[in-house]
Amino acid sequence: MSTPTADSTHRPIAPRLDGAALSWPWLIAGAAFVLFWRYGQPLAQWAFDYPRGWQVPAQRWISNAMKWLLDSASFGLFTFTDLTRFIARLIDLPYQLALSLLSTGFLSGQGSGAVEILPPLSWAAVIAIVTLMGYHAGGRRLALLVAICFGFLAIFGQWNSAMVTLASILVAVPLGVVGGLLLGILAYRYPRFERALTPLLDLMQTIPVFAYLVPILFMFGFGPTAAVVATLIYAMPPMTRITILALRSVPSEILELGKMIGCTRRQMTWRVLVPSAKDSLMVGVNQVIMLSLNMVIIASMIGAGGLGFDVLAALRRLDIGAGLEAGMAIVALAVALDRLSQAYAIKAGSERSAAQAGNFLQRHPYTFAALAIVIVTAVVGLAVPALQHYPESLEVSTGGFFDEVVRWINVNFFDTLEGLKNLVLLNVLVPLKRLLGGLPWLGVTLFLAFAGWRLGGAKLAALVGALAFFIAATGQWEKATITVYLCGISVIFASLIGIPIGIAAAERTRLWKWVQVVIDTLQTLPSFVYLMPAVMLFRVGDFTALIAIVAYAVAPAIRYTVLGLQKVDPRLIEAGRAMGCTPWQLLTKIKLKLALPEIMLGLNQTIMFALSMLVITALVGTRDLGQEVYIALTKADTGRGIVAGLAVAFIAIIADRLISAGAARIKQRLGLA
Amino acid sequence: MFSRIRMTTTALGALALGASLSMTPVMAQDSTDPIKLTLHDWTGQLITTQIMGEVLKKAGDNVEYVQADYLAQFAGLESGDLHVAMEMWETTGRDAMDAATATGKVENFGPTGMKAKEEWWFPEYMKEKCPGLPNWEALKDEKCAEAFSTAETAPKGRYLGGPVTWGGFDDERVEALDLPFEVIHAGTDAALFAELESAYQRQAPILLWIYAPHWATAKYKGEWVEFPEYTKECYTDPAWGSNPDMAYDCGKPFGEIWKVGWAGVKDKWPDAYKAIKAFTIDNDEMGQMITKVDLDGKKVEDVVAEWMGANEARWSEWIKK
Repeated sequence: MSTPTADSTHRPIAPRLDGAALSWPWLIAGAAFVLFWRYGQPLAQWAFDYPRGWQVPAQRWISNAMKWLLDSASFGLFTFTDLTRFIARLIDLPYQLALSLLSTGFLSGQGSGAVEILPPLSWAAVIAIVTLMGYHAGGRRLALLVAICFGFLAIFGQWNSAMVTLASILVAVPLGVVGGLLLGILAYRYPRFERALTPLLDLMQTIPVFAYLVPILFMFGFGPTAAVVATLIYAMPPMTRITILALRSVPSEILELGKMIGCTRRQMTWRVLVPSAKDSLMVGVNQVIMLSLNMVIIASMIGAGGLGFDVLAALRRLDIGAGLEAGMAIVALAVALDRLSQAYAIKAGSERSAAQAGNFLQRHPYTFAALAIVIVTAVVGLAVPALQHYPESLEVSTGGFFDEVVRWINVNFFDTLEGLKNLVLLNVLVPLKRLLGGLPWLGVTLFLAFAGWRLGGAKLAALVGALAFFIAATGQWEKATITVYLCGISVIFASLIGIPIGIAAAERTRLWKWVQVVIDTLQTLPSFVYLMPAVMLFRVGDFTALIAIVAYAVAPAIRYTVLGLQKVDPRLIEAGRAMGCTPWQLLTKIKLKLALPEIMLGLNQTIMFALSMLVITALVGTRDLGQEVYIALTKADTGRGIVAGLAVAFIAIIADRLISAGAARIKQRLGLA
Repeated sequence: MFSRIRMTTTALGALALGASLSMTPVMAQDSTDPIKLTLHDWTGQLITTQIMGEVLKKAGDNVEYVQADYLAQFAGLESGDLHVAMEMWETTGRDAMDAATATGKVENFGPTGMKAKEEWWFPEYMKEKCPGLPNWEALKDEKCAEAFSTAETAPKGRYLGGPVTWGGFDDERVEALDLPFEVIHAGTDAALFAELESAYQRQAPILLWIYAPHWATAKYKGEWVEFPEYTKECYTDPAWGSNPDMAYDCGKPFGEIWKVGWAGVKDKWPDAYKAIKAFTIDNDEMGQMITKVDLDGKKVEDVVAEWMGANEARWSEWIKK
C-alpha cells in the first residue's frame, strides 16, 4: 500500500483535507453566493422566487401522457392496458399458488362461495420446514434461530397475516432476483444498454413509491399484484447493480479459460460467468429480500393485506402494543429470511458440489424430509386441529403493556421532553428552515453547478445544474428547501450519533454484535410503529419527523463507519503506535483519515435513507416534497406525484454525485485509489 | 343456530334447483362471481362493510372482502377490480368521489343513513381554563387562547387540524372569525388521535379536529365547539355571517356518508345492487358497535353477528326480491 505522501505531482503534497475546502475558487464562489443572497433580492426578485409564468407544466404533461397510455395507447392487436393486465395475471398465478399453500388453502370457486379442497400448510409444517432449511444451510444454531423467529409469529398470533406477507415476498423475491440478474447481464454485455439503464436504476431507487403508486394501480389493477409490481420496482435495482459489479470482477483467467475451451456466448454466461460470480450475487438476493420487506406497509395500502395492514389498523385505534407486535413480526420474518439467505450464500461459496452418489433419496435427504413433514402434519392435523391452526388459547400478547409504558413516560416526562424539543426546535430547526427558505434558487443552482465542476468536471456541473433547475422550473423549489432542511439536519444528527457508535463498535466484537441487532431492527421495523408513540411524546411536526428519520438513517452511518475502520491496514496502525501516537492521535490522524472514503459512502447512504423516509414523515404533518407526493396519492393525481417524486430523486442524485466525486478526490489524495 | 344454517342451505338448494329447472330466465340473476367489498383501516367501516357482506351472503351472493386504501381504492372502483365501498364521507371523500363519478365508471349508491359530524373539539376539563366554551366566542378571549398555546405558537392558541388532504378550510375559518389561533396540520388521523390520547392522559390542553362516528367520542369526555351553524351560503358568500368580507365564518358542514361502487354492479348483480341501495344504519347504532370493538375488545365478526341476529327483520327487507 502506498503512503499518503506518494501523491500525484500537480497538487500539493501534504494530504491536508481542510486545505481543499479553503482553496481560492471555493472562497470566491462562496463569497459571490453570499453577496448575491444578501443584496441581490431588490435587483433580481425572479432569482429568489421562481416566477409562476415561467413554470414548466410538467405535471399536466405527465398526467395527459398517462391518460393517453391507459385509454388509447395500442399496439395494433392489443392495447397497452391489455398488456399490463396480462402481466398482472401472469404475476397473479404464482401469487395465488403461494397464498393457497401458506394461508387460504386450495379452493374451488371464488369469494364466499369457495370450497376448500386442500388445507394450507399448517403452522407446524411451515416451522418444521424452515427449521430444516436452517439446519441444511447453517447447522444447529441457524435452525434454532429460524425456529424461534417463526415460533414468534405463531405464539403472538401473527401467523395468518405473516403467511400472507410471506406469500407476496415469495413471489416478489424470485421475480426481482431473476429480473435484476437478466438486466445486469444485458448491461454487462452491451455497454450502451448499461448507459441507458444506470439513470433509470437511480430513479427507481430514489423516487418515493407513493409517487408511482397511482399509475401502477391503474395499469395492474387493484390488489396484491400491483403491490408486487411496486415492490419489484423498488427492490430490483440493487440486484442489477450487484450483478454488473459481480460479473465485472470475475477474474480474467476464468474468462480466458472459458474462451480457450470454446464456450459459446450462452455457455460463457450461464456456465462460466454466473457461477463464478455466485457469492456476490447472493448479496444481491439478500438485498432484494430486505427491500421487499421494507415495502410491506405500503403494499398493504393497496390491497396486499398481511402484517402491514395489521400495523396500520392497530395504530389507527392507537393500540401501540398490537402495532408493535405486528411490526416485530415483520422484523422476525426479515431476520429469518436474511440469515437463511446469507447462510445459503456462504454454503454456495464454500461447497463445490461433491460428486453426487447414491439413489435419488440419498441425494436429496432434505427434500424428502420436508415432504414427509408436510404429509405427516397434514394427516395428523386432521385429527388434531391444534396442529393445523395454532390454538388461540396458547397465544400470548403484550396486551396493554406498551400502552402503559408510553403512558407512564408521557405522564411523568412529557414536560422534560417538551423542554428538550423546544430547545432544539427554536434554536436549530426553525432558524435553519428560515435560512434555507430565503436562499435564491438561481444562486443555489449556480453554486451547486460550481461544486460539480470543481469536484467532477464540466459533465457533473451540467448534470447537477440541470437537475436543480428542473426542481425550480416545475415549481417545487420551496418544498424542496424544506425537504433539504429536514433531511440535512437529520443526516447531521444521524452522523453525530452513528459515527461515534461506529467507532466504539469497530474494535469491540461483542458490542458490534448487539449494535447490529439494533440497527437491523431499526431498518426492518416499520417506522409507523414508533412514529405514533413519538407523536404522543413530541406532538406532530418537524421534530417528530426528525426522530423518525434519524432512527432509520442512523443504520448506514454506523455500518459504514465500522466497515471503514475495520478495513484500515493494521500495519499502518502499528507504525503509528511505534511512532508514539496516543490513542486519540491514532484514531484521528490515522484510522479516521484512512476510513474517510467509506465514511463518506456511509454519509451518502444516510442521505438516501433519510430521503426515503420523507413519505412516511408526511404522515406527521411535514410540508415538504414527501407531503406533496402523499397529497398527490390521495388525490390520484399522477402528474403531481411523479413531478414531486422526481424532485426528491433529483435531490438524492445531486447529493450522491457530489459526495461520490468528493470521496473519489479524497481517495486519490490519500493514495487509496 | 344449527337449524337456521341448515334451513338456509336447504332454501339455497331449492333456489338453485329452481333456477336450473326453469328453462327461460324470467329475470336477471346475480352473477356468481364474487362481489368485492373494500375494507379500510377504521373499525366503523369494517363493521358497515361486513354487515353489508353478511346480508349479501344471506341473499345467496358471492362476497369477497378486499383491503384497500380509502382514496387509492377509486382506481380499482373505476376499473371494476373492486366493486363496492361502503363508507365514502361527504366531508373527506367528496372530491375524489366526484372525480370518479364524473368518469361514468363509478356510481353513487346513495346515503348509508349515517351522518358525518366534524368539528373542533375539546376535552371536558378545558372548560375550567376557558369557561365560555363550548360557545366559539370564548376562543376569542386571549387568556383562553393562551391556555391552548404551546411554545411554538404562543401567545396564540394551537389548534390541531386534520391532514392537509382532508381540506376543511380551518385556516380560512381562523382568519374569518378572527380567532387568535394557529392551525397545525396533523399528517394522518392516527397522529391526530395520538396527540389527543397523550394530552388526555396528562389532562393537558388540546383543541383538535374530531369526526364522528368514531371511538374517540366514546372514550374521551368532551364537547364540540359551537360555531355559527353551517349553511351553503356561508362557504360561498362573503357577506353571510359575522364577517362581512370573508366566507367560512361558520362551523363545518354535516354530511352524509355515501355508498359508492363500480357502475357495472347494477347489471352484473341486479339483486345485490338493490340490497346495497336499500342498506341503512344510523349513527347511534354504529357508535355502540364501534365502542364494543375498539374499547371493549370484541371481535368485529362477533359484533356483526350480534347485529345480524337482532335485526333480522330489517335486513331481510333489503334483500326481498
